[in-house]
Amino acid sequence: MIALVDVNDFYVSCERAFAPRLEGLPVGVLSNNDGCVVARSRELKALGVAMGAPMHLLPPAIRRQAVLLSSNYALYGDMSRRVNAILAEFSPDVEVYSIDESFLGFAGIEPATLEAHGQRLRETVRRDTGLPVCVGVAPTRVLAKVANRLAKRQPAFEGVCPLEADSDVTRHVLERLPVVELWGVARRTGERLALMGIDTAWQLRQADPARIRRAFSVVMERLVWELRGHPAIDIEDLAEPRQRILVSRSFGRLTGEPSDLQAAVRQHAARAAEKLRRQGSLARAVQVFLRTSPFPVGAPQYRNSVVVPLARPSADSRDLLEAAGRGLAAILREGYRYQKCGVMLLDLVSGQARQLSLLEEVQSETTRGRSQRLMATVDRLNREMGRDTVRFGLPRQDSPWALRCERRTPRYTTRWDELMRVKTG
Amino acid sequence: MSFAARVCVSGRAVLGSGGGAQPLMGCRVRAGFPSPADDHLDVEIDLHAHVVRRPASTYFVRAEGDSMLGDGIHDGDLLVVDRSLEPLPGRVVVIAVDGEPTVKRLARLGARTVLLASNPRFAPIPLEGRECQVWGVVTHVLHALPGAAP
Repeated sequence: MIALVDVNDFYVSCERAFAPRLEGLPVGVLSNNDGCVVARSRELKALGVAMGAPMHLLPPAIRRQAVLLSSNYALYGDMSRRVNAILAEFSPDVEVYSIDESFLGFAGIEPATLEAHGQRLRETVRRDTGLPVCVGVAPTRVLAKVANRLAKRQPAFEGVCPLEADSDVTRHVLERLPVVELWGVARRTGERLALMGIDTAWQLRQADPARIRRAFSVVMERLVWELRGHPAIDIEDLAEPRQRILVSRSFGRLTGEPSDLQAAVRQHAARAAEKLRRQGSLARAVQVFLRTSPFPVGAPQYRNSVVVPLARPSADSRDLLEAAGRGLAAILREGYRYQKCGVMLLDLVSGQARQLSLLEEVQSETTRGRSQRLMATVDRLNREMGRDTVRFGLPRQDSPWALRCERRTPRYTTRWDELMRVKTG
Repeated sequence: MSFAARVCVSGRAVLGSGGGAQPLMGCRVRAGFPSPADDHLDVEIDLHAHVVRRPASTYFVRAEGDSMLGDGIHDGDLLVVDRSLEPLPGRVVVIAVDGEPTVKRLARLGARTVLLASNPRFAPIPLEGRECQVWGVVTHVLHALPGAAP
């Protein structure tokens, strides 16, 4: 069995963990520099504030009652690290899927005790970090995602929802789940599925896998198998929500060589940047993570991650590689043999939407145009002449490094001079 | 029980990450038979590991005010808080009272749980009728004396 654990309203929950007075208030987290809403509390959603809305366009009445904060990536990165450290106590096999979502291998756990195991995990994370999480448990990643959604939406599950491959509950749930709400089914694919008479997840599950492969792709066929309870999709191949891009890979053999890790992180960052440009997005932050192998048991263990905010939303490989390199330097420790490292691009924004932002620091049109042309050329060469025909050398030295983040809360867990203050009187 | 009686312990204190380690003055006096467990190699004494038992749930916070002086907590002291520990009566806790994080000692007064300041000028605070959420248990206080780096 596989569990998907995710933190509810992650950025907002991190802020609330250190400022209990924010509980119950409409809270929004803004991107640095361009001031768009990148995270909303339930209360802020209820006020009708859309994801990505620029702060300066919000009605004054909403700006008055809402608490709008700059993003505090140092805090979110540290809390993400803590959550994963706790998850590692519940399974030797933790795969980070995004800053607030991880898959856990639950192999070998008695089916009858899965729910209790999930509840214990949830309570431990809540107790140790103050963050609320939901747990979906199922035989495949795609079903675990469905289960996680149920755990979040149906209070009766109390945050933990186990879903078997073949049960009345599973059928009931999949019959009511529109196929476009499944992981990795884009709206256009959904329209084509509808033409074939497939509207729900259950109908997709019942479809002939070979027919689905012919009409769509191997990945869609795998989705059918996943819905039936047969694991078929790897974490790297999961179609990605458009809010983040993950590139990670295990090393062929364990390595403790910093140069191996540096090369891998640069390569992952370059791949992620390509994906980012292909979907026409820009990233606002880069997360880097690495870990040792849980085996052999007894070998020194280390896992860490860090989030590096970008000065402005960017799809320029040079910015992304530079940030990824600084992130790696901050968390790399010698004396360990690493099994895996990865790069994640966070809080993506579409290239067009960004033009609307007025608050943004001015980057001259010439510079932006030059960067876009350069990246387009690089992507074309790599596409036509083979991957890695053009690679990036050392980071440039002139990266601008001034973040606009007046509304940022203290970096409670990563700076001595910004610790949480508690009154004795 | 072991027959070895330790009078004082030798070891090295860690001077913070990156800094060199420096031997503490010390000696070890034994009486009776040496225990095989003492054969392991001493490397260094790690204050962080001593104070932070569970890194994922341990946070550092800064105290403000003087109502907990009796518990050794001065204005500006650094507190080590472990969120995984149970808030039992007698423990000093960080607790959000009406949304405001506060340090107090938990106590039982008859059937009621109250918060005590260690300064007698402050009356016990009953928890009933307030929005209260224990945040964590304070395990250590780090108080800087004259001469300490700021």
